Amino acid sequence: MQKSLAKHFPLFVAPTLIAFLISFLIPFVMGVYLSFTEFTTVVDAKWVGIDNYVKAFTANTDFINALWFTVKFAVVSVVSINFFAFITAVILTRGIRGTNFFRTVFFMPNLIGGIVLGYIWQIIINGYLYKYQVTLTYDAKYGFWGLVILMNWQLIGYMMVIYIAGIQNIPNDLIDAAKVDGAGPLQIIRHIIIPSVMPAITICLFLTLTNSFRLFDQNLALTNGAPARKTAMLALDIYNTFYGRNNWEGVGQAKAVIFFVLVATIAYLQLKLTRSKEVEG
Amino acid sequence: MKKILAFVLIATLAFSMAACATSSGTMEIYFLNFKPEIAEVYDKIAADYEKETGVKVRVVTAASGTYETTLKSEIAKKDAPTIFQINGPVGFQEWKDYCADLKNTKLYSYLSDKSLAITEGDGVYGIPYVVEGYGIIYNNAIMEKYFALSDKAVNISSAEEIRNFETLKAVVEDMTAKKDVLGIEGVFASTSLNQGEQWRWQTHLANLPFYYEFKENKNYCNTVLAGLAANEIEFKYANNFKNIFDLYIENSCTPKNLLGSKSVNDSMAEFALGKVAMVQNGNWAWSQIAGTEGNVVKAEDIKFLPIYIGMPGEENQGLCIGTENYFAINSKVSKEKQEASIAFLEWLFSSEKGKSYVKNELGFIAPFNTFEENEKPTDPLAKEVLAWMEKDGVTSVAWTFAAFPSEEFKNYFGDALLEYTQDSKTWDDVVNVVKDSWKSEKAK
Repeated sequence: MQKSLAKHFPLFVAPTLIAFLISFLIPFVMGVYLSFTEFTTVVDAKWVGIDNYVKAFTANTDFINALWFTVKFAVVSVVSINFFAFITAVILTRGIRGTNFFRTVFFMPNLIGGIVLGYIWQIIINGYLYKYQVTLTYDAKYGFWGLVILMNWQLIGYMMVIYIAGIQNIPNDLIDAAKVDGAGPLQIIRHIIIPSVMPAITICLFLTLTNSFRLFDQNLALTNGAPARKTAMLALDIYNTFYGRNNWEGVGQAKAVIFFVLVATIAYLQLKLTRSKEVEG
Repeated sequence: MKKILAFVLIATLAFSMAACATSSGTMEIYFLNFKPEIAEVYDKIAADYEKETGVKVRVVTAASGTYETTLKSEIAKKDAPTIFQINGPVGFQEWKDYCADLKNTKLYSYLSDKSLAITEGDGVYGIPYVVEGYGIIYNNAIMEKYFALSDKAVNISSAEEIRNFETLKAVVEDMTAKKDVLGIEGVFASTSLNQGEQWRWQTHLANLPFYYEFKENKNYCNTVLAGLAANEIEFKYANNFKNIFDLYIENSCTPKNLLGSKSVNDSMAEFALGKVAMVQNGNWAWSQIAGTEGNVVKAEDIKFLPIYIGMPGEENQGLCIGTENYFAINSKVSKEKQEASIAFLEWLFSSEKGKSYVKNELGFIAPFNTFEENEKPTDPLAKEVLAWMEKDGVTSVAWTFAAFPSEEFKNYFGDALLEYTQDSKTWDDVVNVVKDSWKSEKAK
C-alpha cells in the first residue's frame, strides 16, 4: 500500500499542484516582478527598480489615507463583529425556542455577494439620510459607519456559527460542575466558555481581520471612495491606481505587494498571539 | 487499465489538436467595441460582413466604463483585438506602441477633415469615426408654456432667443419661481455627482472655461494643442464655470446635498418624464430619452442650447462639437489581420450596406466624405447638432478636454465639485484643486 501510494504520488498531487501553479504561484511571482517595472499590459514591461514603491508613498497621500482608513475600519469591525457574534452564539446555545430558525437567518447575509450587499445598504442608508437632506457621500464618517454596519451584518452570522460549534464542544459536566461550585453566568462565560473556545476565537479573529483588510466589493458598491476618496480602503485604492491613470499600473502593483506583506504580517502575528492562549486539548 | 488510460489521453489530445486546426482555418478579426448601447447592431453588421466576404468579425463589447480595463487584459492575450479605440491624444500616449500607422489607408483618405485624426510626426494613428455634440438639451413644450405666461420676468418669447448667460440665468430663475405653474419639479435635471457619474461636469462643462483659456494662447492653432503644451493652468475663467454650475445646482429638481447619489441615468429619466425642462448632455442621449418608460418628451420638442458661461461675445458660440472615439489598428497582430481589419472599417464606412447601418442603426454623424447629404442620421438630437454646425456666424466649441492630463485629474476635479456642492469646500478650494492636480498630473 505504502509503495503504490509513493508510486502514484505525482498522479494525486499533480492536478492540485498545476492548478495552484497556474492560478496562484505564477501570478504571484509575476506580480512581484511587475511591481518593479513600468508596463501597460502584463506581457511587455520595462524595469524601473524601486521607483514604483517610492511613488506609491510620495506622489500623493491617497495610499496613506487609505491605509489609515483601513486600519481604523479593521479595528472597529473586528471588535464589534466578534463581540456580537459571540453574544448571539451564547444566546443561541441555550436551547431557546426557534434556535435553528435564528441561526439560519443570521447566517444568511453571508450568502449574498458583496456588490449586491453594498448597493442594498446604499439604498437603505441613503433612504434614511434623505430625511436629513444628506447622502452617504456627504461626509466620510457616514461612509465609515455604513461600511462597519454592512460588514457586521454580513459577518456576524458566519462567526456566530463558528462560535456555536466551539461552545457546543464544551462538555456539559464542566459547566454543571462550575454551577455546583456556585459560579454565576458571567463567571461561566469568562472562566469556562472563553478559554474553551479559544481555537474558535483564533479562527474568527483571523477571518474578520483579513476580511476587513481586504474588503473591496462592499467598499466599491457602497461609497466607491466618495467623498474625495476619503472612504477608499486599500484594495480600492490599489484598483484605482492600477486602472485609473496612464502608466501607473506598476505603482498599483507595488501597492499590492506592500498590501500583501502587510496583511500577511498582521495575520501571522495575530495567529501566533491567539494560538499561544489556546488551552491544550 | 493502463491501456484505457492511454487511449483516453490520446483521444483528448487528438481532439484538442483538431479543434485548434479548425479555428485557425479562416481569417478572423477582433473588434473591441466601446459603445455598449449599440453592441447588438455590431453583431448584425459582423454577421452580414461574414456573409459577404467570408471574414469573421468577432465583436466584444466592454461594459460601460470598463473599456480601458478590458483592453488592457484583452490585448495581452495571444488572440488580441485587431481593432480597438483610443480616446484622443492622451489615450494615444498610453497605447502608442500598439497603434499601426494608417496614413496610406483609404479610410484616412475618406476623412473629410484630416486635422481630426490623431497624428504624430508623419504617421496617422487614430481615425475618428463619429462626431458628437453636447450642450443644454431642453424640452421646448415646457419652454413654450413658460414663454406663454403673462407674468414672465423676461421680454423674449422663445428659447431660441436665449443667446447669452445673462438671459439664460434670468429665464431659469424665473422658471424656478414659477415651477408649480409649469408643472415641473425644477428647471435642470439632477447634477449627477455620484462617483463615476461626474463626467458631465468635470469633463464636458469644464471644457468651456479651458477652451477660452487656451484659445488665448496664439502660439497654437487649436485649443487641444495649446492645452497639451500647458504644464500649468490659470483656470482664468473659473468664475464663469462657477456661474453655470451654481445655476445648475440651485435650480435643480433635487436639493443640493442629495446630488451625491444621483447618476446620469437618473437625470435623463427626470428629463424624459417631463419633470424638468433642461439637462446638459449630448446627442448620444437620445436613445436613452426615447427608451425611458413613460417618456413624455416628443421628438419635435427636443432642442439644443449652447452652454453659455458669461463670456463676452458668446452670442456666437455654438455647441461643443468633437469626438473622443478614434479607431486604432493593433500593430502587434499579423499584417494580414491588420489589412483585414482596415478593409472591414472601409467597408463599414463606404459600402452602401455599411453606410445604411451607420446612418440608420448606429446613428453616427460620421466625419467621412463617403456620406452624401441625404445620408446623415435622423434622430432629433443628431439633426440639431448638424443644424448648429451649419448655422451662420456660429462657432462650435472644440472638445478641449482631450488635452486634460489624465482621468485622475478629472476625478480630483469631480470630487472637489461634490464637496463644493455639499458646502464642505469653498470655491477657492475647488480652483486650487484643479490647478494643483493639473500641475501634478502633468509632471508625471
